[in-house]
Amino acid sequence: MRFAKWSLLIVALVAGCKDNAPESPKEGAAAAPATIKIGAALSLTGPAASYGQQQKAGLAAALDELNAAGGPKIELLIEDDASTKEQGITVFQKFINRDKVAAIIGPTLSNTASAADPIAQQSGVPVLAVSNTAAKGITDIGDRIWRDSLTEAQVIPGALKKAQQKLGFKTAGVLYGNDDVFTKAGYDVMQKALVDQGIKEIGTQTFAKADRDYHAQLTALIAQKPDALVVSALADNAAAIVSQARQQGWTGPILGGNGFNSPAFIKNAGPAAEGVLAGTSWDSSSQSAVNQRFLKAMAKKGVNPDQFSAQAYTGLYILAEAIKQAGGKGSRDDITAGLAKVKDLDTPLGKFSFTAGRDAQHEPSVQIVKDGKFQIVQ
Amino acid sequence: MGQQALNGIFVGSIYALFAVGYTLVFGVLDILNLAHQAIFMLAAFLALALVEAHLPLFVAMPVAIVAAGLIGIVLERVAFRPLRDRADSNISGLISSLAMATVFEAIAMQVFGPDISRFPLGTFPDRVIRVGSASASLLQVVIVAIALLLMAVLTVLLARTQLGRQIRAVAESPRAARILGVNVNRVIAAAFFLSSALGGAAGVLFALAFNSISPDVGRGVELKGLAVIILGGMGSIPGAVVAGFALGLLETFTVARFGSSFRDAVSFGVLIAVLLARPRGLFGQAAVREG
Repeated sequence: MRFAKWSLLIVALVAGCKDNAPESPKEGAAAAPATIKIGAALSLTGPAASYGQQQKAGLAAALDELNAAGGPKIELLIEDDASTKEQGITVFQKFINRDKVAAIIGPTLSNTASAADPIAQQSGVPVLAVSNTAAKGITDIGDRIWRDSLTEAQVIPGALKKAQQKLGFKTAGVLYGNDDVFTKAGYDVMQKALVDQGIKEIGTQTFAKADRDYHAQLTALIAQKPDALVVSALADNAAAIVSQARQQGWTGPILGGNGFNSPAFIKNAGPAAEGVLAGTSWDSSSQSAVNQRFLKAMAKKGVNPDQFSAQAYTGLYILAEAIKQAGGKGSRDDITAGLAKVKDLDTPLGKFSFTAGRDAQHEPSVQIVKDGKFQIVQ
Repeated sequence: MGQQALNGIFVGSIYALFAVGYTLVFGVLDILNLAHQAIFMLAAFLALALVEAHLPLFVAMPVAIVAAGLIGIVLERVAFRPLRDRADSNISGLISSLAMATVFEAIAMQVFGPDISRFPLGTFPDRVIRVGSASASLLQVVIVAIALLLMAVLTVLLARTQLGRQIRAVAESPRAARILGVNVNRVIAAAFFLSSALGGAAGVLFALAFNSISPDVGRGVELKGLAVIILGGMGSIPGAVVAGFALGLLETFTVARFGSSFRDAVSFGVLIAVLLARPRGLFGQAAVREG
C-alpha cells in the first residue's frame, strides 16, 4: 500500500517533469485555454481550521462571480493542508504534478508556506499567499511566490499610528510571548513602531506560551501607570491576558498584534474584550462598490466575513487580473508575468498593488471590539 | 506591592493544595505518584463537562472532586497495589504511575481534544473586591478560602480521627500497623482517595482561576508541586502548605522585580539553596511522622 503510494508519487513526479518541459510561453499563444486550473491549499482541519473555512467561502464567492462574468473559465481545486507542513507539501505535489495547476493559492499558515512554497518555486508554479503574515521566509523564497496579505510589520505600525491619533496615548506597557517566533517578531515590530510614534515604552514583561497566570506581569506593568497596554500574543493567550488585565481593574486601551485578530479571541475573552484594539488588513466598513459586492456575496452564503475571507476573495480576483494582463493566457509563466503587472486593482482590501518584493501594498485599518464585534475605527 | 502579594497568595494557594495531596501519598507509601497531575487535569475537565451539562458550579465542583478521589482509588489498585510487595516497588511504582498519567492524558485528548477548553462565560459571578489599593476578584478570594478550608480539614482529619491515626500508623510502618490490626490496603486506598480528591480540587480551582484547560495542563503544575514538596520536606503536610505559599509569593515577586524570564531560575535557585542548607527541606522528615 505504502509502496504503491510512493511509486505513484514518483511516476507523477516524472510525468510532471516531462510535461513541464515543452510548456514554453509561446505555446499557449495560438488559442486561449478552455479552462485554467488553480489549486487552493487551505487549512480546513487542525488548529487553523477557522481561518481555512473563511478562505474557502471567500474563494467560492469570487469563483462564482468571475465565471459568471465571462473571460477564461477558472477551475478551482480546494485541498485541505490540515494546518501542517507535511500535508501542505503533499497537497502542493498533487497540485503541481497530478492536477497540473497553473497557479496555487495558500497555504493558510506561514509555517506551512515556508515548507511547501519552495516546491512550487522549483517547478515554476506561481503561488499567491492570501493569509501568510510572517515578514520573512515567504516571498523571499523566490520570484514565483506572491502574497496579498499584509505582514505584521506592515499592519502593526499602521494600527499603532491610527490608535494613537484616536486615543492620544504617550506611554505604553508591553507584554509579549518570548518563546514563540511570531509573538517575538510581533514585539520587535511593536518596539520599533513605538519609537517611531514617539511613544515611551515604560515597562516590558514577557510570558511563555504554556503560561496560564499573567497576574504578576500585569500588576507590575499597571503599577507603572502606562497610558496603554500593548500585547503580542497568540489568540489563546491573548484572551486570558485581556481577562486578567480587566480583572485587575485595567480599563485603559489594550492594543494587540495579529494574534488578536480572530473572532475566537472575542468569544473567549467575553466582555473583557470590549475596547481592545487590533490592526487588520481589511476595512469591513468600506463603502467601496467592490467591498459592498463582497459583503453581499458572503451574506448570500450565510458567512460572517472576516479578514481571511476578504483576502482569499481578493486573491482569486488578483489571479484573474494577472490572466487578463497576460492577454487571457493561463500558463504558469503567463500568470507569473501577469502578476507583475497587477496595479491599483479595486478589491475589498482597497486599491491593490504588489511591492517590488511581491508583497501586498495597501493601507491597513484598526478595529476595536464593541458589543462583542470588531468595528473599524474611522 | 500589596497587589503582588495578593497575586502570590492566590497562585500559592493552588500550589499548596496540589502539593498537599502529592506529599500525602509520599508520606504514606514513600512513592512519588506521577499521575497526580493527570488527576488534577481530569477533575478540571470533569467539572467543565458537568457545567456544560448545565449543572450549577456548586454541584459540579464537589462531584468532580469526589470523582477525582475515586479515580485515585482505581489508580492505586491498577498502578501501585500489584507492585507493592515486589523488591523495587518504589521505582516500578514511579514508572507505572507515569504510564497511568500518559493513559489519562490520552483519554482526555480523545474526549476533549488537544485545544484549550474553557468554562462558559459567567460560570462564576464576575465581581471585583478592593483591598486597600489592591484588588482581587471574588473568584480569587473564594479559591483561596476553599484551598485553606480543604487543607484545614485534612490536617484535622489526620490529627483527630480514627482514619487519620491509621494513615499515620501505616506511614510509620505498614508491618507494625498490620500487626496491630489495621487494614493496610484499605488505609492506603483511603489515602489515595484523599490525595486525589485534593489534587482534583486544585485542578478545578486552577481551571476556574485561569480558565484554560488542556490535556497537558497538569505538567507545569506538577513540576511546581514537586519543588514545593521537596522544599517543604518530602511527606510533610505543613511543609507543603508553607512551601506552596512561599513559592507562589517568590515567583510573583521575581516577576515584579526581575521580569518573568527569571521566574523559574529564581524559584529553582532558591530550592537548591534551601536544600544545601537543609537537605530534608524546611520541615524535615521527622515532622511527617507526627502528622
